[in-house]
Amino acid sequence: MNMTSNENVTGAQSLVKSLEHVGVDVMFGIPGGAILPAYDPIFDSKIRHILVRHEQGAGHAATGYAQVTGRVGVCIATSGPGATNLVTPLADAQMDSVPMVAITGQVNSTSIGTDAFQEADIRGITMPVTKHNFLVTNAKDIPHAIASAFHIASTGRPGAVLVDIAKDALVNKTTFDFPASINLAGYQPKLQPNDGDIRDAARLIAESTQPVLYVGGGIIKANASKELMKLAELTGAPVVTTLMALGAFPDSHPQHLGMPGMHGTVAAVTALQKADLLITLGARFDDRVTGKLSTFAPNAKIIHADIDPAEIGKLRRVDVPLVGDLKNTIDALLPALKAEFKKSQPDIGNWVNQVNGWRKTYPLGYDHPADGALSPQYVIERLGKIAGPEAIYVAGVGQHQMWASQFVQYERPRSWLNSGGLGTMGYAVPAAMGAKVGAPDRTVWAIDGDGCFQMTNQELTTCALNGIPIKVAIINNESLGMVRQWQSLFYNERYSNTDLHSKRIPDFAKLGEAMGCVGLRAETRDEVDAVIEKAMSINDQPVVVDFSVHRDAMVWPMVAAGTSNDSITLARSLAPVWDSQEL
Amino acid sequence: MATHTLSVLVENSPGVLARIASLFSRRGYNIDSLAVGPTENPDISRMTIVIDVDDHALEQVIAQLDKLIDVINTDRLDPITSVQRELLLVKVNTTPETRSQVLETVQLFRAKVVDVAQDAVTIEATGNAEKIQALLRVLEPYGIKELVQSGLVAMERGLKPGKGK
Repeated sequence: MNMTSNENVTGAQSLVKSLEHVGVDVMFGIPGGAILPAYDPIFDSKIRHILVRHEQGAGHAATGYAQVTGRVGVCIATSGPGATNLVTPLADAQMDSVPMVAITGQVNSTSIGTDAFQEADIRGITMPVTKHNFLVTNAKDIPHAIASAFHIASTGRPGAVLVDIAKDALVNKTTFDFPASINLAGYQPKLQPNDGDIRDAARLIAESTQPVLYVGGGIIKANASKELMKLAELTGAPVVTTLMALGAFPDSHPQHLGMPGMHGTVAAVTALQKADLLITLGARFDDRVTGKLSTFAPNAKIIHADIDPAEIGKLRRVDVPLVGDLKNTIDALLPALKAEFKKSQPDIGNWVNQVNGWRKTYPLGYDHPADGALSPQYVIERLGKIAGPEAIYVAGVGQHQMWASQFVQYERPRSWLNSGGLGTMGYAVPAAMGAKVGAPDRTVWAIDGDGCFQMTNQELTTCALNGIPIKVAIINNESLGMVRQWQSLFYNERYSNTDLHSKRIPDFAKLGEAMGCVGLRAETRDEVDAVIEKAMSINDQPVVVDFSVHRDAMVWPMVAAGTSNDSITLARSLAPVWDSQEL
Repeated sequence: MATHTLSVLVENSPGVLARIASLFSRRGYNIDSLAVGPTENPDISRMTIVIDVDDHALEQVIAQLDKLIDVINTDRLDPITSVQRELLLVKVNTTPETRSQVLETVQLFRAKVVDVAQDAVTIEATGNAEKIQALLRVLEPYGIKELVQSGLVAMERGLKPGKGK
């Protein structure tokens, strides 16, 4: 080792200084052998380190933090199993374009490739599920790798980046020399759309009499909700917000039709199907939105605005591509559109009336079970009403997630977090923990299923010990509800391995109590408001509420997987009745 | 479906080949051939990739390649405006009767003999895919003992240098 007077820090110190330099204020992680050198300077750092109970929890917490703050979420783990436990949250963050940096220890550079203890090729493993990753084997490369990782994670289309650092690189002496700027030859995100494309888009909008604003999560990532509102009000076009975009446009706005897709509203799904123009903003024509792709929005021309050029034309042929930051894109589009509208503004009155007719005829709804059992939709609806639009709602994956998307009213961005792309069961509790750390003054409710909750509830211990008072509503239907729904609909009610018996075991309230939370329970409709109010009044401890709900409730409307959006059903075997002139 | 040649400039960093291979595998694109080598700049390598996809998929392949941080630039090479070459080494059976015919073929194709044994000659040839295939067709009746072929390498004709993104 070459010791000169300049080499005054260890690689580990250089790592922590680099993290401080990029403005990290919190990270979630677990130490272990290979990453241990880094934990010594972390002990002295002003960065808050939250010791989680499972690395997957660290990863989703970083995601939750990133989704509410818009900043890069950070998690840290050791080599081998520590690193492989991060694979799911990395894939999850990457699928939902969440800015996240994961730091992992690696065995000594001299041992790499020898099947050493706790060795896993985490760079190789995570290649397909990250935006980029690094393996650092030399202490002097640490600042550049960290600077690049944060730059890549947070710019362009955000995503997950992993930095794997060999133990000897953490131990060896080096200089701390943080790069003033990062310039990567192969990474120059295009932020400003082409003027010609903007003019073409404005012209298409000015020609359209049946436009829809198809809004995706990109609007939230780009902090472009205000710009979206201006565009919506200038055009008067109906707005649909995808699962990742809930809150990007207020649910209470008269132009808002709700969510499109497999469990979207009839009005949103049908408006897309009948539109003559989709103004697509940061959405990606996901199969859960389009249904059978070849039958999706058959008469619509497509304007597709996205910061990722690879999304353009990936699934649907595009008439006008707008590659750039969405804020810049809408800012450029507004004056161009005003100029077009001065020449001629289309009359979309008939279209708006027609769309509003669908909305009126086919509102979202649910029944209270005849046997008096608690309706899960009712629980979620009351939760949204009582906690209000400033709260943050974090869902797991399944029926409860869909009901939370349907029956909570979202009025602002960064109030709804879920695992949309990867569909990661177990996301809710750790993501809620990260969200609460990122927004300590806001109420954070995890709306979780009894199946999901049993995958990651260990992080409630972390919450209780670290003063992170999240609230968890378990929508307990004692089954893997969405899978059970599909078994009801498509597998002749043969409920193979979906019965969790979670009304018997475990006792969720007691389990919560055992982890330092307040445990509550509600089984009837009368108890719902009181138990939510009680949970809302507790702010010094996490709260777990076990809502024992009817197990046969289903999510409606529904477009069955692989079928056309035209075959949306309102309830079992009940399709909307269309006016012949509407079709 | 049609064959397309892509010239991809990449950072000469560890794992870059795995990244490209992983992308093709994950997105379900088949690579016909792939050749990697250094460029005039030691920090940058060039990959020449031949793929068989339709035009829509080709656009996606290029966009997805460009999305990789280590990819500096992706160019589609038109066979008319680019020079495209493969290298072939082939060991052909010979007898005293056929040897002169084989050697004549080598001359006709402007290939060369790089090794001679009692009952075989080893021939080296470069050319575009058509020429290589044609040569092999002619040599086949003599009996091919062993054959090895490189991936295609290609370069734009004229003065235009490979550009950065």
